[in-house]
Amino acid sequence: MPLSSGDLQAIWLTVRLASVVTIILLLIGTPIAWWLARTRTWWKGPVAAVVGLPLVLPPSVLGFYLLLAMGPNGPVGHLTQLLGIASLPFTFWGLVVASVFYSLPFMVQPLQTAFEAVGDRPLEVAAALRASPLDAFFTVAVPLALPGFLAASTLTFAHTVGEFGVVLMIGGNLPGVTRVASVQIYDHVQALEYTQAHELAAVMLAFSFCVLLALYTWRSGPKKGA
Amino acid sequence: MAGIEARFRLDWDGFTLDVDLTLPGRGVTAIFGPSGSGKTTLLRCIAGLERAPQGLLTVNDEVWQSADRWLPTHKRPLGYVFQEASLFPHLTVLGNLRYGMKRSTGTQQVSLDQTIELLGIRPLLNRKPDLLSGGERQRVSIARALAVNPSLLLMDEPLAALDLKRKQEILPYLERLHDELKIPVLYVTHSPDEVARLADDIVAMEGGRVMANGPLAQTLARLDLPIRLGEDVGAVVDATVGMIDEPWHLARVDFPGGSLWTQDHGFPIGRKIRVRVLARDVSLAREPLGDTSIQNVLRGRVDAIAADEHPALTLVRVRVGDALLVARLTKRAAAGLDVALGKDVWVQVKTVALLD
Repeated sequence: MPLSSGDLQAIWLTVRLASVVTIILLLIGTPIAWWLARTRTWWKGPVAAVVGLPLVLPPSVLGFYLLLAMGPNGPVGHLTQLLGIASLPFTFWGLVVASVFYSLPFMVQPLQTAFEAVGDRPLEVAAALRASPLDAFFTVAVPLALPGFLAASTLTFAHTVGEFGVVLMIGGNLPGVTRVASVQIYDHVQALEYTQAHELAAVMLAFSFCVLLALYTWRSGPKKGA
Repeated sequence: MAGIEARFRLDWDGFTLDVDLTLPGRGVTAIFGPSGSGKTTLLRCIAGLERAPQGLLTVNDEVWQSADRWLPTHKRPLGYVFQEASLFPHLTVLGNLRYGMKRSTGTQQVSLDQTIELLGIRPLLNRKPDLLSGGERQRVSIARALAVNPSLLLMDEPLAALDLKRKQEILPYLERLHDELKIPVLYVTHSPDEVARLADDIVAMEGGRVMANGPLAQTLARLDLPIRLGEDVGAVVDATVGMIDEPWHLARVDFPGGSLWTQDHGFPIGRKIRVRVLARDVSLAREPLGDTSIQNVLRGRVDAIAADEHPALTLVRVRVGDALLVARLTKRAAAGLDVALGKDVWVQVKTVALLD
């Protein structure tokens, strides 16, 4: 039996959300990871702890605070009202903002590890070859950390696809707007539509397995170094 | 004034670098010392990879660092060869060479083609670094440093990570570099052999300080120096091939005021050459010996006497013409010979090593 149009809509929304979040996190997470990999200030510890919070916090806690912040009386809510944007909760972009926070460590930590593995030497070599720090970042650090970028993007995308608790807190359950695949499955189960739940769940399972299979197979593959 | 003036003071946990140096604006200056003596730190300060707060650095009249000026590394016209070749693994050999060349300014003094030729890396150009041997990688990294058209070349123990065979493979290229480059080279090493083969000047360092600094022959022959050379104490003499004795496969090298016989290595007459005479291979005598296996017997005058590392030994420096030779004797032998400053002696040299 083919997936229902509601299921397809949920899958498409999930893919859109995960893609947008991955792109935004590449832009935000890269400088944070770079800074964490290279700084020697005492700020490193606290910042790393904040970035890592979503790993241990229950999604409902994170969702709750984000809901307050983005609500009409929260700081983000005030800002969006000043800018003339409607409030973020229960919208697609509200989900995007929440997911960016929720998936932040999945982007930052692999990237930070990759940048740390690059080390100082290639950058010193680049500087001695007349490359400015920014130039060296793009022409040396990024190519050398490319495996880290692939891993971080894959994990971020997959983790956003697997989101549930934060979505319920921030997005609710609006078809085509915030009803992502995980919520759709929840709905099916609530309505005792086990067949539909099975189908969608199987898609999610297959997707997650394939992503992780690709990631780990490729990671443990032959590694070359100079 | 062309040359390098460097003044750095760095205080780290358990290590202090404190140097005030004037270095020549041409030729190879060896920065020599045991590990932990601050050689590499000095080089990194000159490159701007390390920042000594009150430092002062002038290279060929251009201020690179002073109280109110700090040139970051990428703005300093230098070439840096690291101990490990540190080639960019994501680029081919040619890509590595072009990386710096694209970013360099000023007219290229040596073309990329010449550099590739000089280091013999033409067959490697399209390979990735991970397919090169250690010696090949280091040659590419030297070529890459030269391709940026530097006005100062810094080399940090470029041979230290290589085994003896690879060293022998690369040394001839370094000697060619020495002969053909017009820019000054600072060459960090802890190998007396590399110093003797490559250097024109030497900075001897220990414990973050400069113990001695000057032209190589004079400085190596200084006896008050705590340059810990151990078995390698000796002198270098710059000479010219003057005569070949073909039947015996010997060559005579001449220096102002004397000459030495050595094995013939096929160098043509007139070729400038450097020879190294270790102190342990030099003995002194009051009278010329009659029958002896030693081919090199020279007349000289005792110029300096100093204690050696072991209490039984003494180092005696003898001037032969323009050259200074150092002899290692036991104190008992020196007393028996009545060695004293200004005294004329016969110098017997058992082994002479050709360095070029």
